Amino acid sequence: MAALTKLLEVRSLSKKFGGVLALDRLDLSVAPNDILGLIGPNGSGKTTFFNVVTGIYPADAGSVIFERVDITQAASRTVYRAGISRTFQRSRLCLSLSIFDNIMIGNHKRLNQGLWFNLMRRSDFKRQFEESYQAARTLLDVFEPRLCDRIFEPAAGLPMIDRRRIEICRALINEPRLLLLDEPSAGMTHEETNELMDDILQVRDRKKNLTIIIVEHEMGVIERITDRCIVLNFGRKIAEGPYRQVAADKQVQEAYLGVAL
Amino acid sequence: MAEARQKTSAPLWPGLAALLLATAYVGTMLAAEKQRTIIALLGFGIAAILLAGWLRLLEPVGRSFADREDALGALSIAATLAIGGYFREDHFVLLLVVTVLLYSVATLGLNIQFGYAGVLNFAGASFFGIGAYTSAVLNTYSTVPHLLVLLIGGLLAAFIGSLLLLPVLRTRGHYAAVVTIAFALLLKTFLEVSDVLGGPQGMQVPGMKLLGWSFNDNITIGRLSLSFYMSYFFVSLLLLVAAFVLVRRLERSWIGLNLDALRLDETAARCFGLNVARWKIIAFLLGNFLIGIAGALFGMVGGFVAPNNYTFADSLILVSILLLGGIGNPWGLIVATLIVVVVPEKLQTIQEYRFLLYASLVIAVLLFRPEGLLPRPVRRYFPGWRP
Repeated sequence: MAALTKLLEVRSLSKKFGGVLALDRLDLSVAPNDILGLIGPNGSGKTTFFNVVTGIYPADAGSVIFERVDITQAASRTVYRAGISRTFQRSRLCLSLSIFDNIMIGNHKRLNQGLWFNLMRRSDFKRQFEESYQAARTLLDVFEPRLCDRIFEPAAGLPMIDRRRIEICRALINEPRLLLLDEPSAGMTHEETNELMDDILQVRDRKKNLTIIIVEHEMGVIERITDRCIVLNFGRKIAEGPYRQVAADKQVQEAYLGVAL
Repeated sequence: MAEARQKTSAPLWPGLAALLLATAYVGTMLAAEKQRTIIALLGFGIAAILLAGWLRLLEPVGRSFADREDALGALSIAATLAIGGYFREDHFVLLLVVTVLLYSVATLGLNIQFGYAGVLNFAGASFFGIGAYTSAVLNTYSTVPHLLVLLIGGLLAAFIGSLLLLPVLRTRGHYAAVVTIAFALLLKTFLEVSDVLGGPQGMQVPGMKLLGWSFNDNITIGRLSLSFYMSYFFVSLLLLVAAFVLVRRLERSWIGLNLDALRLDETAARCFGLNVARWKIIAFLLGNFLIGIAGALFGMVGGFVAPNNYTFADSLILVSILLLGGIGNPWGLIVATLIVVVVPEKLQTIQEYRFLLYASLVIAVLLFRPEGLLPRPVRRYFPGWRP
């Protein structure tokens, strides 16, 4: 079998909300180990794209192929099992649960979910719990060693940047092959964003097998970390290429700044 | 925070001291008969708790219960046995204690549904009643061994509850609650018009028999004579211990985590592989199973079932126990059941106003302690475990 050249391939994907075309025949693909930036003005369909890929909204037309498997109509949990993890634009942690619990939510597919195992075989459960604890700690250590000591404390008391870190750990703990990052910089300062990106790149260098699609408004981040960019406007792709090239594109500038009169 | 970083386990003695004091207090309360004594005891209890809280004496108690739960759990069983032994000849007090034990089992069931999975069930008393009717019918018309009847009571409650699954899964929050209210009304109406089940007059429930030994006879061993409720007391306590261990292990496992995750953020839970419907179904059935078993045994204890014993108002009492005790905390639920069952029974003067008492109690708790008397702590998979 030939090497996989497209980890994710999206063909002519469309999604309508009432009369609004949130995604309009979108074609997109990403090669293994690439970082793809997805940019565009507010309401251009970036988050909708994530939501359709992860099965939160059903697609109206088109197809999504991940590692040669069609996941267009797959349920969210099937998409996750296939190896796609995501973060959310607005932090969606369970604030009353501990940091460890939040990270373990992302580890669902690697934890034994059997009733008998969980209730009756407590010594086996303890072994899995201790292994998971080590894994969570190792991952968290990359992002913020300070948090390792507070791993059994509720996520509620933490500042935004720590919540983002935990959310990213939750997405990474199951070693996905594709990571969808939805505006990781929202609610954070420049410095914090840069720090977070460095940590993500560090994890990626270590794993050697992680592809990322990132939605971001912070153009500094996009320029620094992406290999390639796709610009959306009103659900349609208007430009594609390395950041410098799309930033110079006339259509893109008009989409962001409006048409010069 | 200091608690989590602390390297050694908390000492046992604060928990032990609290348990001894609580046992003595509950024993005195159960023995008291004069209305004035009871009111004085209540006032004293509330004042003592407030004072202990103000002097920060409750925190070490909480820590030793958190770290040494197994030891303190065993000691709590011993304390309950001591109370049962002390009142061995007193029918009325033993019936009250058995009621507390079985209501605790039922609220533990509700807790799995509402506390963990977030499915609000306003038909708790109906499922309790289904259990009781099961023992009425099976004990009267069949020779099924009575321990098996308890099991069937639980299974039947879970099975009839599964009729509600479709509407409960398709609706959320308050709407699912309305579905359960409708079910409670339907079931009551059905029981009232069903001739086979005795209509509004209800049915007698023959008492429990175990290995040829009838539970409804007083027990005489040499010169020691025990109330016939003693046998029910032992079985109920055993049932509560089993239910408690089950709920505890459930919470302290990946399943407990799954239920919390889907209650707090269903969409995020789906995106991390959770089969939301599956876990809601498991929680709902398991909860009704516990409620049904408790009801089946309670039917045999009371000896009588009627549609009016298991009304919407009784379901509300079960839910208010949950709110009062601290949603998700099994210790809190037992304490709350104790308060809600014992206080109106002892305070005969307020009998007619008991709902007023419940209502004001729940409102006070929601205002001043919204997470209940004993709020649920952060999950610890193994008590006393340190990295």
